[in-house]
Parts: sequence; C-alpha cells; structure tokens
Amino acid sequence: MNELLLVMSLGLLLVACTEPEPTAPRAKAVSRALLAGPERWKTIMEDDLHDPTGPGAKQLQNPAEALYYLPSSFTGNNVRWVEAIEEGYINPRPSILDSNYEMQVLDLDVIRTRTADMPMVLFPHKKHTEWLECSNCHEWLFKSKRGATRFGMFDVLNGEYCGRCHGAVAFPLIECFYCHSVHRGELKKPVTELEMHK
Amino acid sequence: MTSGPNLHFQEPVCHYLAGTMILFTLVMMFTPLPAEAEYGDVVLNKRAEKAGMRPVIFPHWFHRIRFRCRVCHTEVGFEMRAGSNNILMSDIIEGRFCGMCHNNKIAWGPQNCQLCHSGLPGLEGGVRGGPPTGGPGKY
Repeated sequence: MNELLLVMSLGLLLVACTEPEPTAPRAKAVSRALLAGPERWKTIMEDDLHDPTGPGAKQLQNPAEALYYLPSSFTGNNVRWVEAIEEGYINPRPSILDSNYEMQVLDLDVIRTRTADMPMVLFPHKKHTEWLECSNCHEWLFKSKRGATRFGMFDVLNGEYCGRCHGAVAFPLIECFYCHSVHRGELKKPVTELEMHK
Repeated sequence: MTSGPNLHFQEPVCHYLAGTMILFTLVMMFTPLPAEAEYGDVVLNKRAEKAGMRPVIFPHWFHRIRFRCRVCHTEVGFEMRAGSNNILMSDIIEGRFCGMCHNNKIAWGPQNCQLCHSGLPGLEGGVRGGPPTGGPGKY
C-alpha cells in the first residue's frame, strides 16, 4: 500500500510540476476543458487554424469574448445555442431580405422507436424551427410523409440526414443521449414508430 | 486454505492497475491534441492559396449569434455541405454568397482581404473543431 501511495504522489508531483509551464500548450489545452472562465475557449492566435503571423488574426474577435456570456455547456462551442435564443441572450436576425420576417416555429415532437438497444430518439421540431425554416430539411433531405425517409445511425455518422448539422455545427454526435432521450421503461403507454406529439 | 494465495495475488494486481492509471493520465497529458479550432469553423481553400492568398476561415459561432441558419442556408443559398459551394471572389464582390452581407452595409466589405483570408498556409478545406461527422470509422 505504501508503494502505491508513493507512486501516486510521485505522479501527482510530476503533473503539478509540468502544468503551469507556459510553453506547454498541450497541458494548457487539457486543463482548459476543466475551466469555467473565458479561458475555456482558445484564442484566435493559438487555435492552429488562423495564421498568427498574418495581419488579420489579431483583428478578429476571440470566441470567449462572446461565448462566455451565453448559457454554457460542455460540448461543441460550450454554448447551449437553443437556450441562448429561448432565454433571450441572443436574437439572431431571421432574414436579411425581409425586415418583417418571423420564424415559423412548429411545436411538434417526433419519436423514432427503432433504435435497437438505445433509448428512443425524440426529435423536437420547435428547437429546430427557431433556427431553420421548413425547406432547410424538407422535402429534399427528410420527407414530411411518415415513414417515407429511411436512414440509420450509419448515415448520420457519415454526415447525412441529422449528421448534416450534428457533428459539424450543431451539438456533436458523441452526445448520444441528447437525441436518444426517451427510455422505453419510463413510458406509460407504448409508442409507435414516428409517433407525433403536439 | 485456498484464500491465502488469492489474497497474496491481490496486492501486485492493485499496484499494476494504479500504475497503469497514472501512466494513462500522464500519456493523456502529453499526447498531441487534434487541431484546436472552434467547433464549426470552416476552412475554405479550394482556390485561395492557388491564387496566392491565405485560406479563408469561416467561424459559424460568430455568425449564428447574429443570424439564424436560414439566412445563409436559404436566402444566401449556401448548401449545407463543406466543399459543395463554389464561391468565387468575383461572386462576393458582385454581391452573391458572402457578398450579400459583406458589402460595407450589413458587414464589412470585401476590401478587407485579411479578415477572411486569415488561415495558416497549407490547410485543407472542411469543417473543423471537434468531434466531426466523417464516417463511423472516426469513432
């Protein structure tokens, strides 16, 4: 047991010694995920995407300057985007062509039951139509007719159907239970595939 | 007594496990992480570098604070697939694609080359910044 303690304390000491070193971006990146402050978002200058030697990088806004003030999550942009709209933190323009345009919000949940051993998928139209309009998904990607669109998780992981956005800009596909959220055992009555709920 | 030898075995196993865990933690601390782009950043480099400019970095996070998805993906006409939009600088200057907003009226105009063309040379086009879609093999 003593040996175990010794090994553990040595390990901790090593970690503690390497952590604050300013020239260790990897250690910085690991610890960043644990932070609650604006340090959670990498800056434009150090994001491995912008050229810090170029004239533009230092002029651009850093993500933390905007995202820190929005409802936080631990995935994607570390922002709960739907809540940011619903709770009034942001009010993105719905149109640049028509100043009177209003989003056509549809409050209709769809349940997909054929999800093998996973909990069933609940698709809320409301959260999606606050950002998108019907034609962004219908009829070219998803048919409105019940059961007319057949796809599986394989397609989604390949970037098709839900994967067009989820995994690219909407919350990532590693968050299985954001979508697979309806547990079969908790239901009072059985649901059928693609059952709709107002 | 059969329990004697069993107990004798437990301690080294315990050490081995603890050692592995510490090693794993240390390895995690020092393995290189994937590129650190913000989630949803898009690199556009079909033409930029061939024409002598830095690649374009498009930040979704910045734009979605100001505009709903439908503005760009319906009104402006961007297809929802990285690489499938054929954007020429002449389109933008004439007011199509990015140029529908980046026209010195809604947002800064196309004379500010460096603000869009700000990427590291050599970047490949595509969506960056986090667990991506790109096939089941990625998970």
